[in-house]
Amino acid sequence: MSSGKLPVERFRLGMLLGDTRYRSTTVQVIAFIIFVAVVFWLVDNTVKNLALLGKDVDFSFLWMRAGYDINQRLIPYTNDSTHGRAALVGILNTLLVAFIGCIIATIIGVFVGILRLSKNWIVAKLMAVYIEGFRNIPVLLWIVMIFALLTEFTPAPKAFRGANPEASMIWFESTAITNRGTYFPSPIWGDGSIYLILTFLISLIAIFFFRRYAKALQEETGKGLPKFWISFGLLLIPSILIYFFLGAPVTLEYPYLKGFNFKDGIYIRNSLIALTLALSLYTSAFIGEIVRSGILAISKGQTEAASSLGLRPGRIMSLIILPQALRVIVPPMISNYLNLTKNSSLAIAVGYMDVRGTLGGITLNQTGRELEAMLLLMGFYLCVSLLVSAIINYFNRSFQIKGL
Amino acid sequence: MKKSLFLSVAAILGLTAGVAAAGTLDDTIARGHVKCGVSTGSPGFSGVDDSGKNVGFDVDYCRALASAIFNDPMAVKFTPLSSSVRFTALASGEVDILARNTTWTYSRDTDLKQTFLGVTYYDGQGFMVKTALGANSTLDLDGATICIQVGTTTELNLADYFKANDMSYEPLPTADNSESKQQYMADACDAYTTDASALHGTRINMEVPGDHMVLPEIVSKEPLGPLVRHGDDQWADIGRWVLNALVIAEEKGITAANIDSFADTKDAEIHRLLGTGDDNMMAMMGMPKAGMYNAIKHVGNYGEIFERNLGASSGINIERGVNNSWTNGGILYSPPFR
Amino acid sequence: MANISFVREKSIPQLPPPISESNTIGWVRKNLFSNWLSTLLTILSLYFVYICLRDFIPWAYGGIWSAGSLRECLDTNPDVACFSVIGARWKQLLFGFYPSEEYWRPILTFILLFVSVTPIFSQRFAKYFWFSLIYPGIAIWLLWGGSIWPVCSIYLTFVFSGLGFYIAKNQFKLSSGMSLMVAIISLIVFYLFIANPFVALFGYILPINLVVVESSQFGGFLLSMIVGFSGIAASFPIGVLLALGRQSDLPLVKMICVGFIEFIRGVPLITLLFVASVLLNYFLPPGTSFDIIVRVIIMVTIFSAAYMAEVIRGGLAALPVGQHEASAALGLSYWQSQRLIIMPQALKISIPGIVNTFIGLFKDTTLVSIISLLDPVGLASLIRADQKWNGIYWELYVAIGLMFFVCCFGMSQYSQYLERKLKTDNS
Repeated sequence: MSSGKLPVERFRLGMLLGDTRYRSTTVQVIAFIIFVAVVFWLVDNTVKNLALLGKDVDFSFLWMRAGYDINQRLIPYTNDSTHGRAALVGILNTLLVAFIGCIIATIIGVFVGILRLSKNWIVAKLMAVYIEGFRNIPVLLWIVMIFALLTEFTPAPKAFRGANPEASMIWFESTAITNRGTYFPSPIWGDGSIYLILTFLISLIAIFFFRRYAKALQEETGKGLPKFWISFGLLLIPSILIYFFLGAPVTLEYPYLKGFNFKDGIYIRNSLIALTLALSLYTSAFIGEIVRSGILAISKGQTEAASSLGLRPGRIMSLIILPQALRVIVPPMISNYLNLTKNSSLAIAVGYMDVRGTLGGITLNQTGRELEAMLLLMGFYLCVSLLVSAIINYFNRSFQIKGL
Repeated sequence: MKKSLFLSVAAILGLTAGVAAAGTLDDTIARGHVKCGVSTGSPGFSGVDDSGKNVGFDVDYCRALASAIFNDPMAVKFTPLSSSVRFTALASGEVDILARNTTWTYSRDTDLKQTFLGVTYYDGQGFMVKTALGANSTLDLDGATICIQVGTTTELNLADYFKANDMSYEPLPTADNSESKQQYMADACDAYTTDASALHGTRINMEVPGDHMVLPEIVSKEPLGPLVRHGDDQWADIGRWVLNALVIAEEKGITAANIDSFADTKDAEIHRLLGTGDDNMMAMMGMPKAGMYNAIKHVGNYGEIFERNLGASSGINIERGVNNSWTNGGILYSPPFR
Repeated sequence: MANISFVREKSIPQLPPPISESNTIGWVRKNLFSNWLSTLLTILSLYFVYICLRDFIPWAYGGIWSAGSLRECLDTNPDVACFSVIGARWKQLLFGFYPSEEYWRPILTFILLFVSVTPIFSQRFAKYFWFSLIYPGIAIWLLWGGSIWPVCSIYLTFVFSGLGFYIAKNQFKLSSGMSLMVAIISLIVFYLFIANPFVALFGYILPINLVVVESSQFGGFLLSMIVGFSGIAASFPIGVLLALGRQSDLPLVKMICVGFIEFIRGVPLITLLFVASVLLNYFLPPGTSFDIIVRVIIMVTIFSAAYMAEVIRGGLAALPVGQHEASAALGLSYWQSQRLIIMPQALKISIPGIVNTFIGLFKDTTLVSIISLLDPVGLASLIRADQKWNGIYWELYVAIGLMFFVCCFGMSQYSQYLERKLKTDNS
């Protein structure tokens, strides 16, 4: 038996690829080189092309006067404001549509999903028609059609005029639905209204603590308190009492017709209504399917065991099925919220000024700064989507069944 | 498609990293057609008829350019562009010349790095309202909802005009002319503002033109003209002088029908223009000698183009007004062809 | 006493169920009127359906199909739909501005599409997969026209480089990496030196030409389908590579893949299309410029590659870990195990997800109308700008919506059928 060291292999070049000890490093180095080469080539081309056209990369347009008006805005803005402020107005508009759209889509979607599972054949089929109809037609087409519907089937402001008007305001002469938008009465905060708001907030906190107390009481002693009615009372009664005590500090300002349009009141434009409605209905079809598949994913044994325990169908759904289904439903639902936010970039089809309409549309056009505007625009959407992805990941991790 | 497929593979292999500053004229001749950007549908200026052929005032200008270079008015590829992508399409090379009823302004000439070639149509911004509204002037429009196309000078002019007159308004942004018309007809906006020529064209095509009126005020100057990229002076000269040739032709009374009768005229400028004399002036631009002759023969002079697309025979029936030769009371005045 | 006990010897024939439980009435009772809430819902739903259809059916059913313009329609009967716009412009909606005498080419391409897709989805015809591979070349030649030889030369380039790989590996016994290098070199050599003479030579000997159709003449549904199908087909290999890269143990490769996927999935498609129409020319060497359609297809491919990567990653994750371990125990290398064991199973599992991605992509092709390409929604604006059809609205959108619905619903039903078939196959 020969003793001694094992023969040491000399290092050959082919081992870079052939030997598994070195291969992963080699592949990574090659990938890195290729990646850097591609990025360098792209940037180089861009610089050369811009130089050829005589343009430069310059973000100073954000501080120059915009010169155009934006109809829908949540913060003060005039045509003397800067392009940067116009972009901010656009961002807030996008977030507004996304927020309202997600809420409405969830409510309708859950409703549709649960009804889709009902035993009533005609209701189930109607919901199936709704879901398939909305899912299979492009969202751009829905946005344009709903906007056309709203414009065609609502009266113009001048129809409200005259001795025998064709149209009239609804809800005790307070709200006007026109083909430009809907006017709601707006609240005027008089003296003392701050106390009303404080009271309302305090009653919300009180409801939260009461429910915790009632739940703890039920778990300890088994005694059930009428949680719903007490919460309801807590919500309304203190606020109403304070309202009358302070002498009605909050009054309403009603819109009235003057000249071409209504004045005063809260004005919600048709473009916002159409966009929100179209996006919500479209996304609610997807959410309905997710809810349905989530509920179906819970094994039937759970329902059967619950009903053998004597629980009513409503309680089975709320106490047993939905909490388990939520784990399966929530991640795809959140990614549908993300889709809704991204679909809101189609707002320019109805003339709603979201961030793509202001920054990526008018500003880009009037200043000619395509590269800079597009970078900012994509950066904004990327931030929103990375935030939402982080939320999904956090949710997934925190809801994982430990030990499985 | 095949060529661009090969070109794309070549590009990916980095073989054409050199700076290619070839002239646009050479590229156009090699390609065999002119790349012209027009609007997506503006009555009288650019549209598509039922058989799929492009027709319009701007379309005819591009056809004149193609006739001058190739002796073929059909050697043009039209790219319909909305107002929001037109400048970027020109800047990126998707089109070589933009004949899209674009207003010549200071900032577009400088900041956008593009060159205007002249004015094909002196226009102004106006407002159209329904006659039933009872408005007599734009000062009656305080508080109105106004349909406006995004990405245009009309947007900025509207803001400035209403601010100067201490009036407020509610803008309703739309993407193009047909959408604005739809909203205006459905009463979603009280007034529609754009160049007066487009207003007249739209009004004529309404069901009852008498129900609509164009308000008398013209609130801005909108000289519409073709434009090209900075950096290619030869191409700019060609485009500019084809336009001038059409104006000179009308000044001299040359039409597509009678052009051959000028073969033995005593006017030396006509000989230089049509290339029927001994001088080859067109070679200074790198163009064929009979370039302008071909242009006028295929498309007609400025007056004929105007009449065909915007005049009485087209149905739109806009008056010549200032868009007439200077000898006829208008302000179209071309430098001499010498 | 007489015996009055009774023993039944034969069984009585079964009576039919009571009327109120059987057939239609029973079904109606059980499904529609089982309790008061259900009854209420049924009545409300029926009323709702009645209201929806009461106005729609007379409007649609009595539609005018043969008027020459909107004014004629309104003169005849203003309360019914004016479907004549569809009658007059259906060819434009389907084919865009494609020359009408060449319509047989897109139609043939469409039929061959179904033929080429069958080997992928059905086991019986799997041996005709070669047709699916040459189909893209046939489709490009049929749709854009020109000589057949450039397309052939592209295929020959790949065959040549594949040959190079094979010879290097088997004849000269080089390792995989070196053979890959040889293949790439032979690809470049063929492309640079042999392709053009080959095309010219064969073009001279045997000219097989079709009329050239420019990309700008594509429009309508033809454009939607081209963008959709080529996007999905081209994004498939890229998506597979991205998915594998994201799963890999090499941190740098994983980082690059994750970064790319998250970036593309985070921005809306409309911004990527804007990049295609506005910015892509800046990223390419000065002087190159392609058709807008080729640029749009490139961006749509990149977009769908990211989503495809996620779907395939889901398929890979659904595969039991035992498969990886078993193939390692058999001594298969990484690429061998991917090719023979992992990928076939993962792809089969993710086929429904891939079809769903395709349906989403097909619906998203309507966004190209915002960058002024003439897909059906863009064509609708163009048709409305025409003097004759100015003011028409509903009929066009109903027709376009119906076309999309039929296509997408058909595809989603097919994907559900596939899902059911695969479930029974695997479990």
